[in-house]
Amino acid sequence: MAPPKEQIATRTHQRSTSADWAMAPYPVLVADRAGAVVDANPAAVLLLDGAARGTALSASAPSWLVRAHEETTRPSRPAADVDRQVFRGEIGAQSFEAHPTPAQDGNVVWWLVDDTDRRLAEVELATERERTTFLAEASNVLLASLNTDRCMQATAQLASRHIADAAVVIAPAVGRNLPMAYAVGGGAAVRGTVVADPDQVPGLSEALQGFPPVPSRWIDPATLPDWVLPEGFNGPVASASVTPLPGHGVPAGVLILLRSTGSSEFSESEEVFARLFAARAGAALSAARLYAEQSGITRTLMRDLLPPRLHRVNGVEFAGGYQPAAARDRVGGDFYDVHPGSTPDAPSLAVLGDVCGKGLDAAVLTGKIRNTLQALTPMADDHERMLRLLDGALLNSHHTRFATLVMASVQRTGNRVRLRLTSAGHPAPLVVRNDGRVEEIDTRGTLVGALPHIDARTVETYLRPGETCLLYTDGVTEARGGPLGDELFGEERLMRALAECGGMPGQAVVERIQMLASQWLHDGRHDDMALVAITAPQTTHLSAVDGHTRGRYTA
Amino acid sequence: MTTHALAAPRIRGYQDLLWTAVTERDEHAAAEVAFSALDDGIDAESVLLDVIAPVQARVGTEWAANRLSVAQEHAASAIAERIIAALAHHPSLRTTPHLGRVTVACVDQEWHVLPARLLAEVLTLRGWQVDFLGAQVPTPHLIGHLHSHGADVVALSSSIPTRLPSAHAAITACQAVGVPVLVGGAAFGPDGRYARLLGADAWEPDARGAARRIADGFPVPYLAGARQQIDDLPHLGDQEYTLVARSRPQLVRAVLAQLESRFPAAAHYTDQQREHTAQDIAHIVDYLGVALYVDDDDLFTGFLAWTAGILDARGVPAGSLRPVLDVLGAELKDFPRSIRLLDQARTVLDVRTAAGHNPGASDDRPALSALHPDH
Repeated sequence: MAPPKEQIATRTHQRSTSADWAMAPYPVLVADRAGAVVDANPAAVLLLDGAARGTALSASAPSWLVRAHEETTRPSRPAADVDRQVFRGEIGAQSFEAHPTPAQDGNVVWWLVDDTDRRLAEVELATERERTTFLAEASNVLLASLNTDRCMQATAQLASRHIADAAVVIAPAVGRNLPMAYAVGGGAAVRGTVVADPDQVPGLSEALQGFPPVPSRWIDPATLPDWVLPEGFNGPVASASVTPLPGHGVPAGVLILLRSTGSSEFSESEEVFARLFAARAGAALSAARLYAEQSGITRTLMRDLLPPRLHRVNGVEFAGGYQPAAARDRVGGDFYDVHPGSTPDAPSLAVLGDVCGKGLDAAVLTGKIRNTLQALTPMADDHERMLRLLDGALLNSHHTRFATLVMASVQRTGNRVRLRLTSAGHPAPLVVRNDGRVEEIDTRGTLVGALPHIDARTVETYLRPGETCLLYTDGVTEARGGPLGDELFGEERLMRALAECGGMPGQAVVERIQMLASQWLHDGRHDDMALVAITAPQTTHLSAVDGHTRGRYTA
Repeated sequence: MTTHALAAPRIRGYQDLLWTAVTERDEHAAAEVAFSALDDGIDAESVLLDVIAPVQARVGTEWAANRLSVAQEHAASAIAERIIAALAHHPSLRTTPHLGRVTVACVDQEWHVLPARLLAEVLTLRGWQVDFLGAQVPTPHLIGHLHSHGADVVALSSSIPTRLPSAHAAITACQAVGVPVLVGGAAFGPDGRYARLLGADAWEPDARGAARRIADGFPVPYLAGARQQIDDLPHLGDQEYTLVARSRPQLVRAVLAQLESRFPAAAHYTDQQREHTAQDIAHIVDYLGVALYVDDDDLFTGFLAWTAGILDARGVPAGSLRPVLDVLGAELKDFPRSIRLLDQARTVLDVRTAAGHNPGASDDRPALSALHPDH
C-alpha cells in the first residue's frame, strides 16, 4: 500500500532538501550554530509546538535542549565529539533523550527519543530494589533478638528511618500499662510504658486484641492523644496510620506511623510496603513474646530441678559443682542436696545421686527422688531404711529408670566432723587426708528403683580440720579424652588429683576436679558430672566471712 | 608486680597483710584485712583493685616461679572469692543500680573467674545493674540470658589464649543478637590485638578502664549485614586450624613415639611420666592450633618462650622442646602456616639457648613433664 510516488516527491520538495529524516520514527530537529531552527520533521513539529524553519530554537524547545545545543556547537568543541554525548530532559509530561549528530555547515541534527516508559520502569526498579534490600536488612535486624524490648525498639527505629518520619510501637497491655517504643527519623528507639486507654486512638484497641481483624487504617491526626506523639517529633502530624502487627496467631502489637506536614502523603505502594514490613515485625515480635513466655515457664518449672548452691551448714563446709551433659541444658540426671540437721548439733544429710539417663527426662526423676528424700529426712539416721522406702516408692512409680546414690550424715563434733556414709550402687566416696593420702570409703549397697530388696552398708569416719570427703558421680571418672583422645579419666587419676588437694577449701577441691575433668575432655562429649565436697573447716571460726547466717541452709 | 611497687605505702601495707593471710590460708585474717582497709578510709573499689587483685596476681607469678603449690594457689583464690563476696554483702557498700544493665561472664572453659568477678563488683559499686554469670559460661547460656534479660553490653573475660576460638564464637553470637561486647583478660594479648582481630567492640587492660569504657556507651552492632565468623578471619579458609585441632590425638601419639625412639630413657618412663609428657605435647599442639586460628606468630613463640621459662624454674632442660617441634614439623609438612609457626618457634628457642639459658640436654629426665600447668 505504498503512497503515490508523486506525492512523496512533492512533500520532499516542500519540506527539505536532504531530509531523509522526515520519515524517521523519532522527532528530528536541525539547528545551526546560531541557534536557529534549520529544519524539523513532522514529528518534531508536533512535539515542539511552533518549531519552524528560521525561528530561534529557544522559542519552541525546552531550556535543557537549548543549553545542550549551545554546548554542542561551542567552537572549541571537536566535531568528532559531538555525537558521543546524550542529553536528557522532559518535554511536556514525557521524558526524552536527545542525541546530536553533526550535519553540513556546522549544523546539528537532534534526534529526540522518548524514554518515558523506560525511565518510569527504572525508577520503579530502583525503589523496589531499595525496598527489598530494606526488607532483607529489616529481617536480619528483627530476627537477631528474641528479646521483646529489643524487637520493639528495632521495629520503631526501622520504620522511622524508611517508612515514616516517626514510628510508635505499642505492645498488648500488661495490666493497665501499655508498653511502647518510639523512634524519630531513624534515631535510637526509646522504650517506655504509658498508663493510657487505648480507646483514645481510633482502631488501636481492636488492633491490639487482634480480633476482629482490622486493616491498617488512616486516622485523623487531630484525634491523636499526646502520649502517642514521640518526644522529639517536630511539627504537626500531617498523616497518621495505625497498622496491626500480625503475630503467629497472637496479636503482637501495633505500629503507628506518623508523617509531618513537610513530607509527602503515603502512596498506595508505600502502604503495601508498610504492610510487608509490619508482617515481618509482627512475626519477630510474637516469636520474641513466645520465647519469653516459654523461657519464663521453663525457669519456673526448672527452679526446683537446678542443683542448689551449697554453703556452710552447722559448722561444716559444703560445696557442690554440676556440669550437665549438654552445654545448652542446665539440668540432667545427676543431683545433690544438703538437708540441714533440725538443730545445730543434729547431723545434716548430704545426698548425691545419678539417675540412669540424661537430659530433661532424667531431671524430672531426680526431682521426684529429691522430694522423696526430703520427706524422709526425719529418719536420716537409718540410711538403709531410707533407701528401702525410696526403692519402694520408685518401684511403684511409672518410671522405669533406676538410680544410684550416696548418702552422708554429717555432724560437727568439736573440731572434727563425723561422717556416716552409705553408697547405694554408687562410686565410693573419697576422703582427702591432710597428709595427702586419699582413702576410698568402703561402703557398698544395692542401687534403687530396680530390685525389691535393698542391702546397704554404712561406714563411719571422721574428718580432721582441712580434710575433705568428696562425693562424685561416674560422669567424672568416665570422662573420655586426655592427650591421646580416647582414655577414661578414671578413678586412679581422680585419686592422684585429689592427693594434691590436701588442706584446700571444699569449693577449691570441687573446682579443681571439675577443671581437670573438663580439660581432660577437651571439648569432647560427656555424661552429667556432679561433685559435693564435705570439708571440716581449717579454723574454729564459724562462718567467718561467707555472709550467711550460721546454720542456715540456703538453696 | 608493678602495682605493688607503685602503690601508696598504706595500700602496700594492706597488700602485704593480705598476702600473708592468703598464703597461710587464714580466711578469717584475710577478711579482717579487707574490712580494716575499708575502715581505714580506703574506698571499696580500691580495696578490690589495689589490694585484692595485686595479691591474686602475685599468687600467679609465685606459682609460675615454683614458690607456691597448686593447693596454695587454689586456696588463695578461694579465699579471695569469699572476701569479695563478703565485701559485696557489706551494708555500707550497697548501691542502687541507676545506670544500665551489664552482663559479665567468662568464656566457655575459662576457669579463672576472679578478674571477671572483680569487674562485676566494680560495676555494681559504680551503679550498674550487673548479671554475673560466673566462670566457663557456655555460649548458648550466655545468649539465652541476653534474649531473656537483655543487656547494654556484655563484658567477656578470658585468660587462656587457647580459649580464643570459644571467645570468638561468644563475641559473634552476642553481637548477632544486637549486644556489643567488651573483652578483657590475658588471652587477648598485652595490647588487646586479638580482641580487635576477633571483632570485639572494645578491649580494656583492667577493670577501671573497662568500667570507664562501658560508661562511655557503645553503638548498637550493625545487624543488617549478617556478619559471619569467617569474615573476621579469612585465613581460616585453608582449613589448617580445623585439621590440626582435629588431629590432636594423632599428633600427640606421633611425637610420643618419636621421642621414645630418640631418647632411650623415655622408654622407661612411668605411666604417669608418659601421661604428663603427652599432656604437655597436647598443650603445645593446642597453642599451635590457636596460633593458626588467629594467624599470629607471636602467640606461639611467646608461649614456647614462657614454657621454656617455666621449665627452667623447675630445673627441667628446655632443650627438650626442640625435638617436639621437629616432629610436629615433619608431621605437618603439608601445612604451610603450621610450618611457618614451627620454624619461628625453633628460631626463638635457639636464640634463647645461645643466650645462655639452661641449655638442656637429652638426659634422663621426663622430657617435658614439668611443662603442664598443673606440675
